[in-house]
Parts: sequence; C-alpha cells; structure tokens
Amino acid sequence: MAVDAATVKKVARLARLAVPEARLEPLAKELNAIIAWIEQLGEVDTDGVEPMTSAVAVKLPMREDVITDGAQRDKVLANAPKSADGFFVVPKVVE
Amino acid sequence: MAEREPYRISGRTGDWEVVIGLEVHAQVASNAKLFSGAATSFGAGPNEQVSLVDAAMPGMLPVINRYCVEQAVRTGLGLKAQINLKSRFDRKNYFYPDLPAGYQISQFKDPVVGEGVLTVERDDGSTFTVGIERLHLEQDAGKSIHDMDPNWTYVDLNRAGVALMEIVSKPDMRSPEEAGAYVKRLRALVRWLGTCDGDMEKGNLRADVNVSVRKPGGELGTRCEIKNVNSMRFIQQSIVYEARRQVEILEDGGKIDQETRLFDAVKGETRSMRSKEEAHDYRYFPDPDLLPLELDPDWVKRIQDSLPELPDEMAERLQSQYGLSAYDAGVLVTDAERASLYETLAKKHDPKLVANTVTQSLLTFANAHNEEVTADGVLHIDTKALSAYLALIEDGTVSSRTAKELFEGMVAKEGTPAQIVEARGLRQVTDTGAIERVVDSIIAANPDKAEAAKTRPQAIGWFVGQVMRETGGKANPAAVNEILKVKLGL
Repeated sequence: MAVDAATVKKVARLARLAVPEARLEPLAKELNAIIAWIEQLGEVDTDGVEPMTSAVAVKLPMREDVITDGAQRDKVLANAPKSADGFFVVPKVVE
Repeated sequence: MAEREPYRISGRTGDWEVVIGLEVHAQVASNAKLFSGAATSFGAGPNEQVSLVDAAMPGMLPVINRYCVEQAVRTGLGLKAQINLKSRFDRKNYFYPDLPAGYQISQFKDPVVGEGVLTVERDDGSTFTVGIERLHLEQDAGKSIHDMDPNWTYVDLNRAGVALMEIVSKPDMRSPEEAGAYVKRLRALVRWLGTCDGDMEKGNLRADVNVSVRKPGGELGTRCEIKNVNSMRFIQQSIVYEARRQVEILEDGGKIDQETRLFDAVKGETRSMRSKEEAHDYRYFPDPDLLPLELDPDWVKRIQDSLPELPDEMAERLQSQYGLSAYDAGVLVTDAERASLYETLAKKHDPKLVANTVTQSLLTFANAHNEEVTADGVLHIDTKALSAYLALIEDGTVSSRTAKELFEGMVAKEGTPAQIVEARGLRQVTDTGAIERVVDSIIAANPDKAEAAKTRPQAIGWFVGQVMRETGGKANPAAVNEILKVKLGL
C-alpha cells in the first residue's frame, strides 16, 4: 500500500488536521516508511491464529445499569472555548 | 382472501417495483448510558447528564453497561435471531461537533446479533416476512441546535453515549405500506420486550430508509439512503417521493447515484446531503479500549427463558381463542399493557365486544388525553368501570347506540355506568308495546312511504331511523325491525 500526497491531504482533511501544502510530500514519504516497516509483520504465518486482543487473559469488564455520573455541567464545559446557557457553542455547522 | 395487487409505480416505460430496506435505530431503555454512568432520561437541562467519558476528555475509558447488552440480546431473541457469543466494538470515525471523540463506538464487522426474522401483518390481515440482517449496539451522538443563534451552533451532549440498537432489515419490503407495517411491528416488539420505549416523537426510534427501484422481478437497482426519518408517516411519504424521483431519472435515461439523502417534511421531498458524502469514509477499526464482548451461553439461555409470549404469537392466539379479526388482534398486541387489559376483560365478557371497546372507545379516549392504555384502563376509566359498562350492554340495559352516550358520560366523570344510565335516561326500550305505539304513529303520518316500502323493502331503513329518533336511540334495534316488518306487511 503506497500513500501519495493526495491521500495524505484527504486523511488530514477527514481528521481536521491542517497540513501545509509543502508538508504533504514529506509526510507521504514518512508514512510509507512506517507502513513498509509494519508490513514486515505480513511475513509471519498467522493462519488459524486468533487475533490477540489483550496481553493478559481478562474478559471485558462490565458495569451495572446504575447512574453514577453526570450532574457536573460546569466541569464538562470548563474547557470549552465558548459556551452559553449550559450549551457548548461552536461555529455554525449547516447541513 | 383476495389476491393483493402488488404495489407498482407506473412510468412512461411501464411499471416499476420499489425495493425497501430499513435501518431502525432504537434507543435502549436503560438507566445509564452504554459506556458511562450518566443518566439517559429525556428532558434534562443541557449537558446535565454528561460524564467525562461522554465528553471524550483525555484518558477516559469506556466500561460497558451489562444491562444494555442484555436488552440487545433480548431483542435479538424476540427477532428469533442468532445470538453471537463473541462480538466486538469498532470505531466509526467522522468529524462533527456533537461527536466529541471524533468517532462513534459501534459494531461493524462482528455484531452481537446476527440474522433473524420478523413476521409482519398488513392491515388486511395478510402477512409477510422481513429478514433481519443484524442488530448491533452503538452509541448515540449529542444534539446540535442550529436555530438558537444565527452565527453559532449550540451543542448538548446529554444524548451522547446513550445506547442504541441498530436493527438492519434485508431489502424485503415492496411498498410504503409494507415499510410502515414493518416499523409498526418492530416498534410493538421492542415495547413488548421492554427493550425500547419506541416513542418516535422523542426520537427514541428513528429509521434510515434504503430505497431502490427496478422493473418487476429484475436486477436490484442502485439504492439511496434517506437518513433519520422520525415518524411512521414520513417514512411512507419519503419512500413515495424517492421512488418516483428515481423512476423519473431512469426513464429519462439517467442513472441513480448511490447517496445519502435527507427528507424535508415541510416540502415532502428528499434532497441530497452532499456535505456528508466525504465523511462517508468512516475508517472503521477495532476499538483498542474495549475487549471483545463474550457472552455466557447460560446467561443467554436465562434471557431466553424469561421472554414473554411474543406479540405475533399472542395475536395468533387471540384470533383462535376469542375469534377476533386479524386487524383487531394486531391493534391489541401493539402494546403489552393494552393486550393485558383486553385479556382481563375478555375472560368475563363477550370477547368481540371487549375488542371493540378497547380498540375504539377506549383508545380514542386515551389518544384525546395523550395517555396510554394500561392494564388497569385509562385514567379514571378503570377495569371496574369498563366491566360495569360491558355488562350493561350485554344484559341489554343499553343498546349499542346508547352505549356511545354512556361512554361519553363515563369520560365526563358523571358517575358509575349504572348511575349514568339512570341520569341520562339511556335504558333501552324493550317494551314492545311502547315501540309499537311509536311505529304506528310514524306509519300513520307517512302513508306514502309505508306504501312504497311494500315494493322496496330496503326502505325499512328510513322507518328504523325515525323510530330511533323518536325514542332517542333507546329502542332495541332488533325489536324495532321485527315490529316494522309486521306492521308494514313485509
């Protein structure tokens, strides 16, 4: 899988990262190097091997259906650049 | 039963068939959210029910709510579906202000529930089956409010992280009515199982509608997805519009672009949501914060054993046990409480009379007061009042006509049904002497009509109407008919 400048631009756009035009090519090169390095893992025969999801044998912990959280509006909004009447306020997004 | 005409859209080049599949998002009825301990109840102040997990603060980790999983499994069992003992969660990445993490935790590759089936009844009582492709658990997003300020969007995260069941059907519906009937039956099922409140007005049941058209029996056409349609009526309207739009494009020699569309309820049309197209690249990958969801077979078995009689099973039983029509049985099993009230009363009274009372008078009363029919009745019209009302009809104290007035009296809290009958003078006249006197006077006053009735026996209806008017609807209709036939010499 080869990444080109156009792909870098698209992925950056999807993640809302501002990447200057001049950085696109160098980033593509870096990403390709990383991907090539990871792809070496493809040499290992993993037929019939379950994907490992955890380094220790634990099961997904579960929670009971009890309200234990919330009612902390000010804390939730504390880092918001802008808020009003208990809402986050963001630049207009129109469908 | 008569052969049903298939639903067709007639175009210039002949008839077209519409193919519909639905993705229903049903909010899980739970106290807390899917991955956090914040409350889910409707109507709280903005951002009052938000945990730092829901707000996606750095370092916060999701912990799954066992009860939400149980509700998904219960729904799956109600759909006679395969329960996957091992499933997992994926991240669906997209950027929007009401999705603070930048991704929604969903199940893409391995859903908790696999293929199932739902038997759906049309209004005429005929049935068809809709295949269920899958049911998976996912988080809801927050709410963006665009009309509070001309330049800014307001965001409330109370809904962010609430558990949803996305129930995906196969493209097994062929008309707007079938799509409506499917949603109705699915809604009835989740309410019955108690896994979702199914209140479309509050948005806790909404649908994405996939529509394509083809020549009858031909290859499947390209589909368009109409997002977030939130009422039964809009689902049907949007399909009618969208199918017609596609037929026109195809007949003009064009081709359908697979895309996401929005239904504009005001204009009654669908339009393209181009802004969302780019975001369609969701870049799914397994959520590294969550281990696979593994279910204990014994636990699934216990849920299975705790399932109540399912609505379609009960509808069938009501038809065979009480001789109800498919339609009445369908209306009764729309809701577990309603069905339970019916059975309580049907054990003591004429089952058909009870069905009419519950599905007509009582339901109308409930709707007028924005109330639900419960197992104990509606507001002050409880099982005791209903039972007394039914008994008065059954023993002939009131006729079916005056029964309406009696019910009105009950609605207006005028007393017990027996008191209302006396106060309003609703007692049915079965005294044939009294009826005969009325009949005689009407015939005497209308000799020409009486003569005409001899050659046109259906004219008797006019006389029945006159007698009923004279007696204020209190005459026993059967007795009136008998006496009229004799007196008119029919």
